[in-house]
Amino acid sequence: MDFRDTPEEAAYRDEVRTWLAEHLVGDFADLGGRGGPADEHAWELRVEWEKALGRDRWIGLGWPVEYGGRGASFIEQVIFGEEYAKAGAPARISFFGEGLFAPTLLAYGTEEQKQRFLPKIQAVEELWCQGYSEPNAGSDLANVATKAVLDGDEWVVNGQKVWTTLAHRAQWCFVVARTDPASHGHEGLSYLLVPMDQDGVTVRPLRQMTGTAEFNEVFFDDARTAADNVVGGVGNGWKVAMATLGFERGTAFLSQQLAFKRELLELIELAQSKGKADDPLVRQMLADSYVGVEIMKYNGMRMLTSLVRKGVLGPEASIGKLYWSNWHRTLGERAMKVLGPEALTVLGEPGGGYELDELHRIFMFSRSETIYAGSSEIQRNIIGERVLGLPREPR
Amino acid sequence: MNFAFTEEQEMLREAVRGFLEQVSPVNEVRAQMDTVDGYDAATWQRMAGEVGLQALAIPEEYGGQGFTFIELGIVLEEMGRTLVCAPFFSSVVLAANAILNAGTDKDKAALLPGIASGETIAALAFTEPNGKWDADGITMVARREGEDFVLDGTKSYVIDGHIANQLVVVARLEGTAGTDGIGFFSVAGDAAGLTRTPLATMDQTRKQAQLEFVGVRACAIGSPGEGWAAFEKTLQQASVALANEMVGGAQRVLEMAVEYAKVRVQFGRPIGSFQAVKHKCADMLLEVESAKSAAYYAGWAVAEDNDELPVVASLAKAYCSDAYFHAAAENIQIHGGIGFTWEHDAHLYFKRAKSSEVLLGDATYHRELLAQRIGI
Repeated sequence: MDFRDTPEEAAYRDEVRTWLAEHLVGDFADLGGRGGPADEHAWELRVEWEKALGRDRWIGLGWPVEYGGRGASFIEQVIFGEEYAKAGAPARISFFGEGLFAPTLLAYGTEEQKQRFLPKIQAVEELWCQGYSEPNAGSDLANVATKAVLDGDEWVVNGQKVWTTLAHRAQWCFVVARTDPASHGHEGLSYLLVPMDQDGVTVRPLRQMTGTAEFNEVFFDDARTAADNVVGGVGNGWKVAMATLGFERGTAFLSQQLAFKRELLELIELAQSKGKADDPLVRQMLADSYVGVEIMKYNGMRMLTSLVRKGVLGPEASIGKLYWSNWHRTLGERAMKVLGPEALTVLGEPGGGYELDELHRIFMFSRSETIYAGSSEIQRNIIGERVLGLPREPR
Repeated sequence: MNFAFTEEQEMLREAVRGFLEQVSPVNEVRAQMDTVDGYDAATWQRMAGEVGLQALAIPEEYGGQGFTFIELGIVLEEMGRTLVCAPFFSSVVLAANAILNAGTDKDKAALLPGIASGETIAALAFTEPNGKWDADGITMVARREGEDFVLDGTKSYVIDGHIANQLVVVARLEGTAGTDGIGFFSVAGDAAGLTRTPLATMDQTRKQAQLEFVGVRACAIGSPGEGWAAFEKTLQQASVALANEMVGGAQRVLEMAVEYAKVRVQFGRPIGSFQAVKHKCADMLLEVESAKSAAYYAGWAVAEDNDELPVVASLAKAYCSDAYFHAAAENIQIHGGIGFTWEHDAHLYFKRAKSSEVLLGDATYHRELLAQRIGI
């Protein structure tokens, strides 16, 4: 047990810091960490920044060298994430491609698929979105109704996806579709890669309670994709889709703890500046959030150590997802308490213009976090059944 | 970065668990609960002689084995798991660390070897009937008389104070207040003028006593009057130790609840298949695992003696207190009626969880300390 960097880790940290110090300047520095995977603030500028990251292989740093990566270890990837967050660098936009699709492709894709797709992710020439949820397939993801049938050398896709983050920006979508029309449940699904820029694909923004529209509905009407754009083999879609979800619940979120802590420290400063930090109840709330965000870090380090030893994250990744989403939601609620009457007003113009400041954004956006990537209730089922070995619900 | 125990540490855990399962099965815990002394002298001797637990984390120059607080934490976690009734926390954690923090080399050489060998059972007498865990709670006055001191006053909630043959008493010099004038004093368990009254403890697995001092002669440990820093550090270390102990109990009640939920059938199904029960268990696991992360990390901070200790000690004590009590309470709820009986072990852990939460300051108290320490 040792929480200090090894000499190698310290050297890696130095390399990351040096790169960030040299490149995070001017307009990029002014972005100040704003935005999120589902926040389009200063989009064009962030794309430029992302390309700078890709040029020096910080996108895909964990990929093997033969695919353009740096072959960075899990710990090195987390060190990069930590330094990136500490530097206040812009929120990443290639999350779905780099963080979810690429690891899935590396695990299940063919050599041709890896050669075809990974370089474009690194060059920020192709962004990805995730075609999982449907109107009738939310928590019950295996209930997907989107169908794909082979027509010559192409799949023809029909159906509807929903809650598709950044679908309006993405060039490609990884879609869970039913390729065996007679199947139901987990069977007969395939993990298809569908180009977004075609007549058969319609993207409609979904305006959320935040007033913004980072999520979308995606309609496939005879959308087409090449027959070989299927990952992990026809009929194996469920296994491949679950692997992606594992990345979404696990490693992809390991370094966001620092961003959460920064939000909390800003809330503490605000409470102090408003003279509320003398209130014993406010002090209890803030201290409790501090305990929570520090334990998030300790939990993350334990999980990372276990990942390094075993090579994969098991169902215990659900503990992390359940933990951080609840912590963040509570922080949002506590922020409103600190604001007091100022919680009553937001930015924007009276009437239709609805714009949120950072604290209101946390307060509202965090309601989605206990739902997406597997709701808290689904996470508790996974923990109960797959970690604790409790019997399944009769279905 | 590496957040895992070493192979040697895992072997230590296995050895300690095996030993405790052998010497302290729950019927033995129940037998000791019903005694006034609250421990078995033969078990205490075997603990020292066969596995050397008392000596484990005491420096080698004072008769110990020189292991760190990480190893001590493992031992405490296993003790919390079995609820073993022994004066380990009082003697090896509270008293020994107070002596290590406050004492001169001479004090340590005089007092620690006996604790390490188990011959000495030491207790740290600091709380008073006012029930405060901080400097203001120390009102007992130590009056200088020649080379020695004379103590008058009352100490209460003294863990194992009735059986200790060596007392380490925290008192203040005349005319001082707050963190000034705090000192540590050595008093024999059978000193003249000392009256010891065992208390009827809510948690029968950890005994306490009230100690009345009337003109009791005492020797100073370390520099009398300059003991605050050593006392504060002792409390922080003890909070971390208690956090590790609580984690062991919390893990055990989680296992009890899950085992029962798998076999208890109602409405034709194991109750653990109902989400109402399954989700409770999932939340317990999340909290128990998080409590482990906090307790282990804090144990490392003590072992390293780094400047994070004041913050992480309160952090771990606050979180583990809440997590253990919540898990122990849910364990009763999941067991239903049987969990409410005297015969079932659930109440032993429920009571231990509450007493551990209160000792050294509850979660609310430690969150306030933490707020101060991070500058809120």
